[in-house]
Amino acid sequence: MSDALFWHRLQFAFTVTYHYLFPQLTMGLALLIVILKVQAMRTGDARYEDASRFWAKIFGLTFAVGVVTGIPLEFQFGTNWSRFSRISGGVIGQTLGMEGMFAFFLESTTLGLFLYGAKKLGARAHLAVAILLWLGSWLSGYFIIATNAFMQHPTGYSVAANGTLQLADFWAFVLNRWALWEYLHNMCAAVVTGSFVVAATAAYWALSGEHAEQAKLNLHLGVGAALIACVLQIFPTGDRQGKLVADHQPVALASMEGLYHGSARAPLALIGQPDSSRRELENPIVVPAALSFLAYGTFGSTVRGIDDFPADERPENIELLYYAYHVMVGLGTLLLALAFFAAVQAWRQRITESRVLLWILMLTAPLPYIANTAGWITAEVGRQPWLIYGLLRTSEGTSPKVTAGDTIFTLLGFCGLYLVVGLTYLYLFGREVAHGPTPRASAPAEVA
Amino acid sequence: MVMLWYAIVSVMLAIYVVLDGFDLGAGALHRVLARTEAERQTLFAATGPLWDGNEVWLIAGGGALFCAFPTAYAAGFSGFYLPLMLVLWLLIGRGLAMELRNHHGNPLWRQFWDTILVVSCVLVSVVLGAAIGNVIRGVPLDESGSFHLPLFSSTGDAVLDLYTVSTGVLALLMLAHHGARFVAWKVDGPLHRRTRKVARILLYALVPALLAVTAATVLEQPEMVGAMAVRAWAWPLVGVVVLSLPALLWLDRSVHDLPAFLVSGALIVALLAATAAANFPLMLRSTIAHKYDVEAFSAAASVHGLRAAFAWWCIGMPLATAYFVFLFRSLRGKARPHRE
Repeated sequence: MSDALFWHRLQFAFTVTYHYLFPQLTMGLALLIVILKVQAMRTGDARYEDASRFWAKIFGLTFAVGVVTGIPLEFQFGTNWSRFSRISGGVIGQTLGMEGMFAFFLESTTLGLFLYGAKKLGARAHLAVAILLWLGSWLSGYFIIATNAFMQHPTGYSVAANGTLQLADFWAFVLNRWALWEYLHNMCAAVVTGSFVVAATAAYWALSGEHAEQAKLNLHLGVGAALIACVLQIFPTGDRQGKLVADHQPVALASMEGLYHGSARAPLALIGQPDSSRRELENPIVVPAALSFLAYGTFGSTVRGIDDFPADERPENIELLYYAYHVMVGLGTLLLALAFFAAVQAWRQRITESRVLLWILMLTAPLPYIANTAGWITAEVGRQPWLIYGLLRTSEGTSPKVTAGDTIFTLLGFCGLYLVVGLTYLYLFGREVAHGPTPRASAPAEVA
Repeated sequence: MVMLWYAIVSVMLAIYVVLDGFDLGAGALHRVLARTEAERQTLFAATGPLWDGNEVWLIAGGGALFCAFPTAYAAGFSGFYLPLMLVLWLLIGRGLAMELRNHHGNPLWRQFWDTILVVSCVLVSVVLGAAIGNVIRGVPLDESGSFHLPLFSSTGDAVLDLYTVSTGVLALLMLAHHGARFVAWKVDGPLHRRTRKVARILLYALVPALLAVTAATVLEQPEMVGAMAVRAWAWPLVGVVVLSLPALLWLDRSVHDLPAFLVSGALIVALLAATAAANFPLMLRSTIAHKYDVEAFSAAASVHGLRAAFAWWCIGMPLATAYFVFLFRSLRGKARPHRE
């Protein structure tokens, strides 16, 4: 296979998907750690402090892997996507530059203080550092989302005489409406991951009869946060994100739903297999008119189908898009149901009584990661065939002189390296979980 | 505005080299300096909380380059495809070694990550130096504004040739010396005595190497000398480079460690800044024809974009500086190993 474009795409897709497994946990945990530390300060209960110290260790480990797997992404804009960089750098260079300046410096300097400085700083200052770290990680997320939002729905730019895109309106670019909803949708998803990881870890402790008090405390925190985040994930953030797609990328919406032929009172597909040769959904189970309502607010609205758009403007991989979207929505719904049931049990102080529920919570840990990944696949495959929607095609963005051979070589390198990284991470994560949270007196200053 | 951004990008990348330089140098010397596990723990305590923040200067400098000079970013990064990927993998190795080594007490685990650390720090230093060598020497940019250059070649041009390898070796010596000066400042006891000895040996190697590579640069790229001769504002930078060598030799006898570390940093900044000043407005020199050079004025983003970026840079830079002052202050004093 000597098609360089394919390998450029595969390498970026692989490295970015892998990288994002880690920040979704750190961004979620950053908020939960702040909550734990505030609780510790409010109640004076040392167990909250013990829990926050345990999650700080996991945070430090995950953050390190996130940092090292994140650097290749900014590099790859230049190495593999040089025409895209040359054309759009005048605009998206702003957010990427600001991310370094405002978020990375804040994160990297506060992380050292957060992990090593607990004793030196005192409780109040350490809480302040934790809050700064949370802000830094969430700010970083915003700059990246704003960059992605420009690729999804470009705003605030002008086209220069030499064909490059230049910044025209800073605030229109940074406060892109697409960025705001995409950001909220994405950050709620990060909290979903963080809170389910907390709940799953605590469920493991409860099932194995270890750290009983910590298990209960973390289960309550995890399922409570999960419930709130799951609700916000669907409404309003998911709903508004969907409406933006309906307004600005109607062909992506049709592909996500496997809707080959448009109609008024368009149905919402719950299950079914898209068949692109016969141009229909196989074995469909649908809710009549629901798609029209969700997309445009009334049951009678017309939703255009895939075939209503020119062939060179449709996403190439309709099947992947359809399944990614349905996996995201399906898992989102399941996670909400589970979080609701578990939160009711927690509220009745009975969460540790049912071993079945604990088993389910423990085994749920991978699902939010899958849902997050599927959501991003939906966004990025739905954007095709555009790199910058309506402005630059993906095929026109690569580096002209980097060959397929070069890229396959580096992709294989990344695969090998990331396999080692992943195994090492899981091993250390497992060790920390098995070790569990320790009260301060027995483990002074042993962090990271 | 374009000149200002050329200076901003150069300064941010120079800060990167000075800051990450000392932990790369310390990493490269890790197994030479520290003989016992306690000494290795001390080294990790000295650089552990700092390396990540230092590396951010590379990301932020790269971001500034992308933002202000997208054409140069695109041409340089895609042209240096394999060497940059190599740097990435080495930086990943360094980062993992720094962060994961002390997660586990097994001596084999620690030996493994120590080796990864030394290898990646040595090679990152060499490749970064070779990158500067390539910028000075030039690359085969053509009318498409891009280039392709093999990593090495027995016949024609390559990323690694005799000249760029010599700049790479110089970078390694310079950063190792810089790292040793940093470690000497942060530790005491037998580790301190050993580090001072290593720093002296490195200094004695560095001085002739710097002179030799400077001579090679003059031969390789006489245009830079001509450019420097008419830019009086950049002469003080050359002055700092020239003065810092005798200063380092003299400070080598001093009982204080901080001044030598600072002078070593000044030497690195001045050398890089002088190189940037002699190259301005060139960002990438074409070895094919001058009309294909990527130079700052044509590679820059629009003036409106540069102004907007300068506005947020003026807020961000003091903040970043403040974080670092605060971080170094809170870690002041000799580094002590964390209790196991």
